[in-house]
Amino acid sequence: MNYISPVLWQFLRKWLTHFALFPPEASKMASQMDALFFFLVLVSLVGLTVVVLIVVGSSMAYHHRRHPQAVQIEGSTLLEATWTIIPLGLFLVMFVWGALLYFRVYTPPANAMNIYVVGKQWMWKAEHPGGQHEIDALHVPIGRPIQLTLISQDVFHSFSIPAFRVKREAIPGRYTSVWFEATQVGTYHLFCTQYCGTNHSQMIGEVVVMTPDDYQKWLAGSTSGDSLAQDGERLFASLSCNACHNPTAAARGPNLVGVYGSHLTLTSGQTITVDEAYLRSAILDPSEHVTQGYAPIMPTYQGQVSEEGVIALVEYIKNLNSDYRIQQTLNTTGFSPNIEEKQAPAGKATAAPGEVKQ
Amino acid sequence: MSTSTLVTLPDQSTAKIPKVNFLNQENGLLSWILTLDHKRIAILYLITTVFFFMIGGAAAAVIRLELLTPAGDLVAADTYNKLFSIHGIIMVFFFLVPIAPAVLGNFLIPLMIGARDVALPRVNLLSWYLFVIGGCFELYMIIFGGVDTGWTFTTPLSTHYVNTHVVGAAMGIFIAGFSSILTGINFIVTIHKMRAPGMTWFRLPLFIWSFYATSIIFVLATPVIAIAMVLIVLERVVGIGVFDPARGGDPILFQHLFWFYSHPAVYVMILPGMGVISEVVSTFSRKRVFGYTAVAFSSVAIAVFSFFVWAHHMFIMGISNYSALVFSLMTMLVAVPSAIKVFNWSATMYKGSIHFDTPMIYTLGFLGLFTIGGLTGVFLATLGMDIHLTETYFIVAHFHYVMVGGMVSALMAGIHFWWPKITGRMYPESLGRLAAIILFIGFNLTFFPQFILGYLGMPRRYWSYPPEFQVLNVFSSAGATILAIGYLLPFLYLPWSITYGEIAGSNPWKATGLEWQTQSPPLMENFPEIPIMDHEAYDYDWLERHQQEVASV
Amino acid sequence: MSETASTTHGVLAGAQHEHPPYQRHHFSSVAQQFDASNFAMWLFLLTEIMFFGGLFTSYLIMRNWYYPAFVAGSHQLSIFLGTTMTAVLIISSFTMAMAVWCAETGRKRDLILSLSLTLLLGVVFLCLKGFEWHGEWVEYHVPGLRFSVENFVNPASDPQVFKEYHDKPLATDMAENVGQYFFLYFVMTGMHALHMIIGVSVLTFMILRARAGDYTSGHVTFVENFGLYWHFVDIVWIFLFPLLYLISRHS
Repeated sequence: MNYISPVLWQFLRKWLTHFALFPPEASKMASQMDALFFFLVLVSLVGLTVVVLIVVGSSMAYHHRRHPQAVQIEGSTLLEATWTIIPLGLFLVMFVWGALLYFRVYTPPANAMNIYVVGKQWMWKAEHPGGQHEIDALHVPIGRPIQLTLISQDVFHSFSIPAFRVKREAIPGRYTSVWFEATQVGTYHLFCTQYCGTNHSQMIGEVVVMTPDDYQKWLAGSTSGDSLAQDGERLFASLSCNACHNPTAAARGPNLVGVYGSHLTLTSGQTITVDEAYLRSAILDPSEHVTQGYAPIMPTYQGQVSEEGVIALVEYIKNLNSDYRIQQTLNTTGFSPNIEEKQAPAGKATAAPGEVKQ
Repeated sequence: MSTSTLVTLPDQSTAKIPKVNFLNQENGLLSWILTLDHKRIAILYLITTVFFFMIGGAAAAVIRLELLTPAGDLVAADTYNKLFSIHGIIMVFFFLVPIAPAVLGNFLIPLMIGARDVALPRVNLLSWYLFVIGGCFELYMIIFGGVDTGWTFTTPLSTHYVNTHVVGAAMGIFIAGFSSILTGINFIVTIHKMRAPGMTWFRLPLFIWSFYATSIIFVLATPVIAIAMVLIVLERVVGIGVFDPARGGDPILFQHLFWFYSHPAVYVMILPGMGVISEVVSTFSRKRVFGYTAVAFSSVAIAVFSFFVWAHHMFIMGISNYSALVFSLMTMLVAVPSAIKVFNWSATMYKGSIHFDTPMIYTLGFLGLFTIGGLTGVFLATLGMDIHLTETYFIVAHFHYVMVGGMVSALMAGIHFWWPKITGRMYPESLGRLAAIILFIGFNLTFFPQFILGYLGMPRRYWSYPPEFQVLNVFSSAGATILAIGYLLPFLYLPWSITYGEIAGSNPWKATGLEWQTQSPPLMENFPEIPIMDHEAYDYDWLERHQQEVASV
Repeated sequence: MSETASTTHGVLAGAQHEHPPYQRHHFSSVAQQFDASNFAMWLFLLTEIMFFGGLFTSYLIMRNWYYPAFVAGSHQLSIFLGTTMTAVLIISSFTMAMAVWCAETGRKRDLILSLSLTLLLGVVFLCLKGFEWHGEWVEYHVPGLRFSVENFVNPASDPQVFKEYHDKPLATDMAENVGQYFFLYFVMTGMHALHMIIGVSVLTFMILRARAGDYTSGHVTFVENFGLYWHFVDIVWIFLFPLLYLISRHS
């Protein structure tokens, strides 16, 4: 090896050890996606071969020296119909196959574990239901469907995990979701793929797939004490949401117990199903989402609650299944019908995470 | 490969460039910048678009150099972002969109249909000036700090979060857009109203059909991007919040407006190339185009369908699953006319008498590269696959295969094919072939590795990247240097040939189009008298009879 | 054609031929020239439809989302002013049609008169528009530059409008969306006004040329094409008027 310069040799070795044609298959979706990819590659190769064969074959057989006089052919309806219908048929097969896969990737199963992801210039923040926060990383257990609910705090971002073959745009102002089920323990790339400004290429991280046991250990080791719903509860109290949304008869707003998943009729006459997106917009643009029978008195919380705060509130409301929880918040803040005069207990309400300090 | 060519040049010892032609009929700078002659305007466009191509190309060179190593070590992240934004904006709006219609179309449409000029010569000149003014805005933007939004101007990034010359860039595109609109109107009117006697719609060369389709897109789609750009400027300058979700606006609205233009614009870039290929394949196979009607109507079909596919750029952006279905299906449908064309061109070669001159070599390259580009487009139209592939290098490779591999190959084929008509002289044939082959090899080396990179998941617009992607990136950068040689060669020998090339005579390729039946370079008003079209397009028997008649007289 | 004034030219030997002075040399007949420029004008108007189409679509989408805000916004506009402007434009379309007829029949004096009337009405329209914009500026209805939600959160603060419509107060978040209404109002009427300004400038130029007798000697293409443009701008207003002023008028 003396005749190859050592630098070049090192380079070659590095190349050969780092060379891959396919990303690892680390989720249930990956193998399905690869199957479709191979089908597409196969069809393309056949198509390309046909074209190259005709072109190269004609080039050789009908070179002007071998074939000085061209035979004028007007066309052939039959042939043209053939090469219209066969590609069309193949394209339709691809369309149906692709559509099935698309619906699968973007329709999370009901039993999926939900993790919220907030994108902002230039980092990813993941929020686990147990209150674990992580930045530019995502820890997930193997063999369990995970749903990601994504939102962006500023510009468009895109959450991409090539090893899982999933990707979804994180959009300012609305939730999007995607799901996967990891199958291989390991550490994988996490990319932001939508151009988002100066440090777009630094908005990367890693997805750590662990066995369920390791995952439990990780959860226990990185908890901040409060679950997401508990954070939400604190925020609910400190923003005095409970002044109106409470189970008392004098309440000026609808009681939120069990509201998640129910059907509501709005003052506009529309009937909607309460989901995360609805809860989010009802907090930020309340006047468009007034439940029938209530006055449009709720102020907007646009600019007062961060996206993480909204997520905590949504998670809290999602998990509200008894009046007891709201009673608790009333007890912590001391319910007073006249909220303007209420003094927040020192240190408690102001410290609630997710509230934007102004 | 054989060295014998189709060229039949006049006897070089006695041949002369016609005494009076559009190049020397009037002299002085003023006679050029105030000219109303469509051929001179085409040359003005050629010079300006090539100038912009050099700027865009220089940006691309630095980008490829930066990507040699995984770490971002050549330029800063902001600089890199500006480089790819400038590369995109210049190459799309100031090179690919204008060059084929405004250069080849302007020069050839009146000649091919037997007219003295385009219908509205003054509007034609005005559209060049608008293009130049738009270009000046871009130059101003580049010199005074650039822009880092990417060519797609994604809101709210472009309206609220970056602090560069977005307004200048958007205004430049807005103004240049009017140049496109005027060119489109001019071509449609010319093709409708200025055809020579006997030139019926189905006797038109296929080149004209594809430029007609291009013009439809210009006229219908460009106004929408004008509105999108106006909204961007207003949002930045006045701050009205139309794209700001916190104030009731919607950033997705911009995506709809932008892609409603920019997807059809993709076909503006490729349709003229398809027209060139039809002419070249036929001429160098000495055979009429297989299935004239199918090729003609597939151009129009592409133009029409192109208006109903825009949302396929937004499959992962949270449009509803069902609208994604519709747009995926429509995208599959728009792929069919392109497939028909490729097969018809291939079938044209069957039983032909094929010559391998430079334009034909570019055309063969086009057929291969465009087929790959088109088929990988179907990958992206397939909904599920798009989730994994979109926003990665796969998409970069795909559109470069179509735009650069396809369109620029076709453009080179066209420029070489009509060079003798434009200048009256031949380019050096062997150098031409060499450049064509270098371009093909260099192109594949540059962009094929990017398909693999894309499937591996490397995101586009990344300044630094994980080290395992380096091998393929080095291949790609190495290929880019070869590609650069392929581009530089014509830059050297084409200007050389203006003075030293062999005199071409009026019809060196023995082609059938009307443009070849007049002197090279043509007169100011093209024809001494308006020709009468009495035969089908691509009628090589007519050409032979005609030449015998001329010889016997 | 029996023109007395005809031009003979041609740089080439054998290309000598005669045609009326206004026929551009690359056309083979006046009819072809007229056809071509007329067709080009229609195509141009088609692109204009696409241009305004993008705005109309945005308006309809936004209106659907923020209905109460758009109702409150449109209550701020004066129907009287809107109707007057519409009437002015319709009359100007009539005088423009008269101008085309005068040009075709070669009535130079009447042509100048009709063009001047059209010009006058166009200027009147622009003045009314400016007056209306000024009103919005004074009342803090210009989003981005000078905007306040006061009149919508507390409708009684604008007694004139309140007396007429008795609007219910809007919540602050909805009141912010009135900004979207006014933004679209300014962009749409602004784009329309820009077209009017271009039209008025061309009219001025045409009056000068009409005085020189350029349009009454058989060459009417320019007048006819400008007529198409003027009617188009009028029609755009005919769509803008109900969308911006009338559509939410029920009280």
